[in-house]
Amino acid sequence: MGLETVFGHSYLTTRLDEAVNWGRKYSFFQYPFVTACCGMEFMSVWASTYDIARFGAEYPRFSPRQADVLFVVGTVNEKLAPVLKRVYDQMCEPKWVVSFGVCATSGGFYDNYATVQGIDKIIPVDIYIPGCPPRPEAILDALVKLQEKVARESVLDRKYK
Amino acid sequence: MTDKKPEPQKNWNLESLEDGRMVLNMGPSHPAMHGIVRVLLTVQGERVAASDVEIGYLHRGFEKTCENVTYNQCVPYTDRLNYVSPFINNVGFALAVEKLMGIETPARCQYIRVIMSELSRLTDHLTCIGANAMELSAFTVYFYLINAREALYKLTDSAAGGRITPAYTRVGGLTRDLPPDFKKNAAETLKIVRRNLADAGALLTRNRIFYDRLHNTGHISKEDAIALSFTGPALRSTGVPLDVRKATPYLVYDRFDFDIPVGSNGDNYDRYLVRMEEMQQSIRIVEQALAQLPDGPVNHPDFGVSLPPKKEVYENIEALMAHFKLTFEGVKPPKGEVYQAVEGGNGEVGFYLVSDGTGKPWRLRVRPPCFSLTGGLSQMIQGGYIADIVSTFGQINMIGGELER
Amino acid sequence: MNSYLLDTIKGKFPGEVLDTHAFRGDETVVIKKEALLKAAAFLRDELGFDFLMDLTAADYLPREPRYELVCHFYSSRHNYRLRLKCPVEGTDPKVASLTSLWAGANWFEREVYDMFGLMFEGHPDLRRILMYDGFEGHPLRKDYPLKKRQPRLAHRD
Repeated sequence: MGLETVFGHSYLTTRLDEAVNWGRKYSFFQYPFVTACCGMEFMSVWASTYDIARFGAEYPRFSPRQADVLFVVGTVNEKLAPVLKRVYDQMCEPKWVVSFGVCATSGGFYDNYATVQGIDKIIPVDIYIPGCPPRPEAILDALVKLQEKVARESVLDRKYK
Repeated sequence: MTDKKPEPQKNWNLESLEDGRMVLNMGPSHPAMHGIVRVLLTVQGERVAASDVEIGYLHRGFEKTCENVTYNQCVPYTDRLNYVSPFINNVGFALAVEKLMGIETPARCQYIRVIMSELSRLTDHLTCIGANAMELSAFTVYFYLINAREALYKLTDSAAGGRITPAYTRVGGLTRDLPPDFKKNAAETLKIVRRNLADAGALLTRNRIFYDRLHNTGHISKEDAIALSFTGPALRSTGVPLDVRKATPYLVYDRFDFDIPVGSNGDNYDRYLVRMEEMQQSIRIVEQALAQLPDGPVNHPDFGVSLPPKKEVYENIEALMAHFKLTFEGVKPPKGEVYQAVEGGNGEVGFYLVSDGTGKPWRLRVRPPCFSLTGGLSQMIQGGYIADIVSTFGQINMIGGELER
Repeated sequence: MNSYLLDTIKGKFPGEVLDTHAFRGDETVVIKKEALLKAAAFLRDELGFDFLMDLTAADYLPREPRYELVCHFYSSRHNYRLRLKCPVEGTDPKVASLTSLWAGANWFEREVYDMFGLMFEGHPDLRRILMYDGFEGHPLRKDYPLKKRQPRLAHRD
């Protein structure tokens, strides 16, 4: 005996958060910030065998201003770090960051003068994917985890400046 | 589009920007620049008047790191040089250390190394052409070729335990032997690769749009290519039949019957054709190697070089000591220096190794083939259209890990 | 050892060749750095070494002369390889550039400059290639610590 019975088939009641998050989590526009080896697995996930399109995230936008999710795929070194920061700053809210592979997560086994020890030293990260490089299954798992995280958010959480 | 290459106008320079010239930045975060190369272009209209290629966005200190780890610990780092054809780097590094020590691995090991190298060459060329076709809007080809690559990854995964970073070789041998059903799986995989290659070739080779985008773009002459130290498909597309596998055969390459495809024009289309034919030759080599594959051990019998079998370690004090010393101190080649070249996906991959007699290399230098190729990029795109940069850059197959190490 | 190639080079530059050896079959000539350009031109024009396959350096820190410039040549006509090395002092790290002979030496020398700090005289555009502008020091020198990091700089537009 809810509102549905009064309004017939013309309305569906839900919380605003759930409606918005439902739309967001199944239509990620990703920005692939591909630098290194992990890019090969990223290509595999795009292609037909693993098919990231099943999760609604197949469409890459190569302009950060049109993207929701920043995939940092591969090693980021000191020379590239300012570029990554700028790309992140150019993205519009709401935005999420996936750190893809151990190099992006922690520097991996490159612990030397050139590499940044994890992109979370530069930008905030939502999901970390371990692996060097991660297998495609792990990437899809991370995407599902990100969807779950997005579903828990509220549209009021983020400050829209 | 005409078949004539436009004359590069030599009298333009970066300082004076009159006549509607402007500076255009491409990269480093640009889809056609594969994420890590920056090209500063001075353009006049749609033509490139001058360019400055800037690299270094993926420099991760490979050479310095390797000076601080043992020889066998270097192997995973070599994977990540040319991550599209990791086995070739593994093999090149192992051969360099073995040359330094003056040892030779058993025949079965050499055959397996050849098989794995050629499978790697296939993945390299498949990725290069697939990505290049995708950048030129032929998305279907990308799916066909990545499908073939996926089958190859599955095969190498079954043997080495890793899809992209297998770290399969050790000094004096391999981490493990091939799985028992490898021959059968390889035959099936090669069938898939052949079919996908035929599909992709039918879609691309005589495709008017693809042909126009590649033909007579990124042209380089034979003399310039030699002066710029080009190797691999980029050099062979100009008509120089130089291939390390034929010129100075390593492993057991002299036992196989294969051809070196060469181009005549030195443009992107020739590079594409050379790569397509090289894949057929690689399949031929793998099939011959699988047919000839001998039985026997895969590791060097000397316990000072390769790890003793586990049973020996548990039961024999000598083997236990060898195991301990090898794990903690690593193999110790004599003092000296060697240069070992192998034919990588993009050309000659050279390992220059200096040993001071300890368990760690004093200096390890990799000669990256696409370093020279990217160095020649400015010359290849000079005078062409901006859109042709995409096809030229795709066909030199820049691999960041190898370029900047 | 008696190699025709090594003997030819020794005969051509009697006072300048410091050493020759062929460890594991890699024929090597060590030459004074003043004669580098001359010897490289001789190799290219007279002996048919048309490829400069690789140009790099090595740092032997406690030793003086500290650096060694290492060139690998390849002759496609004779299918033959040769290594040419020349010692470079740490106090005066200057050496002639090979860019006038091989255009491909340009980037190789920039990398050696970036990593080791050797100055190539006659190079048209000697600047850093792998590290960023503003990076201090030369990372592949043996006295540069592996994990020494430097403050990050803003991106150059």
